[in-house]
Amino acid sequence: MKSGKLGAWLAMFLGVAYFLAPLIATFEFSLRMRRGEYSFDAYRVVLASADFHDSFLYSTVLGLLTIVVGILIVVPTAYWVQLRLPKLRGLVEFITLLPLVIPAIVLVFGYVRLYGSSSILPLTATSLGADALLMFGYVGLGLPYMYRSVETALRSIDVRTLTEAAESQGAGIWTILVHIILPNIRSGILSGAFLTFAIVIGEFTFASLLDRPAFGPYLQLIGANRAYEPSALAIIAFALTWACMGLIQLVGSGIRIPVGKR
Amino acid sequence: MSFLTLTGVRKAFGANTVVRDFNLSVERGEFVTFLGPSGCGKTTTLRIVAGFEAPSAGEIRISGQDVTHLRANKRAIGMVFQSYALFPNMTVAANIGFGLKVARKSPADIKSRVDEMLALIKLPQLAGRYPYQLSGGQQQRVSLARALAPSPQILLLDEPLSALDARIRVSLREEIRSLQRSLGITTIFVTHDQEEALSMSDRVVVMNEGAIEQVGSPSEIYNAPRTRFVASFVGTLNLLNGKIVDASVGAIDIDGQRATTRRKLNGAKPGDILPLALRPEALRLGEGGDDRNTLAGVIEDVAFLGAVVRVRVRLQEAAVIIDMFNTGGPDLPARGAPITVNFSRDDLIPLQAH
Ligand SMILES: Nc1ncnc2c1ncn2[C@@H]1O[C@H](COP(=O)(O)OP(=O)(O)OP(=O)(O)O)[C@@H](O)[C@H]1O
Ligand SMILES: [Mg+2]
Repeated sequence: MKSGKLGAWLAMFLGVAYFLAPLIATFEFSLRMRRGEYSFDAYRVVLASADFHDSFLYSTVLGLLTIVVGILIVVPTAYWVQLRLPKLRGLVEFITLLPLVIPAIVLVFGYVRLYGSSSILPLTATSLGADALLMFGYVGLGLPYMYRSVETALRSIDVRTLTEAAESQGAGIWTILVHIILPNIRSGILSGAFLTFAIVIGEFTFASLLDRPAFGPYLQLIGANRAYEPSALAIIAFALTWACMGLIQLVGSGIRIPVGKR
Repeated sequence: MSFLTLTGVRKAFGANTVVRDFNLSVERGEFVTFLGPSGCGKTTTLRIVAGFEAPSAGEIRISGQDVTHLRANKRAIGMVFQSYALFPNMTVAANIGFGLKVARKSPADIKSRVDEMLALIKLPQLAGRYPYQLSGGQQQRVSLARALAPSPQILLLDEPLSALDARIRVSLREEIRSLQRSLGITTIFVTHDQEEALSMSDRVVVMNEGAIEQVGSPSEIYNAPRTRFVASFVGTLNLLNGKIVDASVGAIDIDGQRATTRRKLNGAKPGDILPLALRPEALRLGEGGDDRNTLAGVIEDVAFLGAVVRVRVRLQEAAVIIDMFNTGGPDLPARGAPITVNFSRDDLIPLQAH
């Protein structure tokens, strides 16, 4: 009994050390920019840099667009599969998992070949086209997470009966999606959105190979050329990711946020 | 012409036919119940009327108009589900007003109709609550109000009381019935509870394996079941096998004892075995008069059920159950005692063999 408890504590300690030691070391290092004392100089430099602002803003906007497009694709699909095509559930799930199986580098080379300047749809020829391509690529990357969250949320409500109840009240399919289904799977959509955002903010491969001014390549550039700033950036990125996770926890923990009366 | 007609309706899922040869006419304002065991196709038939399921064959008409291929949201049919199916993201008032909002009624009209419905179900104080803040009985009443708010042509209820406890079930079924009467709305009610069916309906449709066994008023169904299935499903009828002695005078042999029925024995030949039904409350203990049947047996069991005392008498092969009013006397019949039972010749009901 006693030794078992000790073992558990030891395992716990090792686990925590494994995750926290590099984090603490990085944080400590990021504070050492000023010689001889701890300071937040590295953070000040990073946060004041125009490149940081631009790339971060770019990735944020891209992340939000990715989320919107992802929701528009995933929610109706998952709803329809659940309601009318339950036999296709396995297939659709498999398709949504593909981005996890295929390496990003393979995907992006595929994109460049398909949408390169000599193709029928030369998206990479213009900067806006490349932005759009990157965004759709991110929708693909976020698909496994978005689909999972939405599907789980849909399963937790009685989609079929709610749909029929609304239909017998005279509602059409869009009214049902917008007024009945969406509000009731909001927590699932939000957690899918936060996961997608966390992915987009740190993504490097797509952005770099499509030559977009995103946050990921900026991180890489700083990391290769500076000493203290990369550590500060790593801590900032980490904090952002965890803020997203925290929001998922908050939303997912069943806090009921009633939709206001209309 | 009838208000709602189902003609030759059939429904198959793959090779599995779950509703067959379904013909029914429902009058305007009538309260019709589908009664039958689990899996007999009640819900499927109701869903075909609602438009959630397309029939494999047949036709549905509402006040003369063919609606067989009309989408569910165009049928103006109100539906109440066993699981309540209230919209969890909306308040009680928003739930009740949903159909009116979909129909683009003005906010003032919606509000007054919602208030009217809330008064009707006697829950005006709950307008601002969410469904998860309501009891099951309250949720089902809100669901009823939601179904009625857009003034549908027909109201469909699929086992609306099954998820509720016994006391609420009885009070709510009376409420539903009186609401239905006062609104005069044509209603189909699905249940597998015979007491519910008999107590609420103008007419009962008894279903078995996807087909109609018998349609009739509650008293017709109960007092004159046509088939063995109906007799066994509706109430605790005694089912006996009789051997025809002489069909022309209704003479039948039950476990070696002679009995007579005044009901018709169409085309039965001497020696035929015929199923018979006998209501427990039609039987009395003791010798009957000349125009009654008398059978001898032994008391096998006596159960005191409060208002009723239920006695089981073993004839020979067969046993019959007798329900007597509890008269308050101290003496219950003793087990193992020999006894005679008697019943009217009208109460021995021959059933279709089938
Ligand atoms: N979508 C479906 N696909 C295949 N079979 C179905 C489907 N819906 C119903 N069935 C089958 O049809 C038969 C009748 O089902 P139905 O739900 O109408 O029965 P019910 O009388 O309402 O039973 P219960 O009292 O249990 O609700 C059942 O055997 C059921 O398995
Ligand atoms: Mg059913």
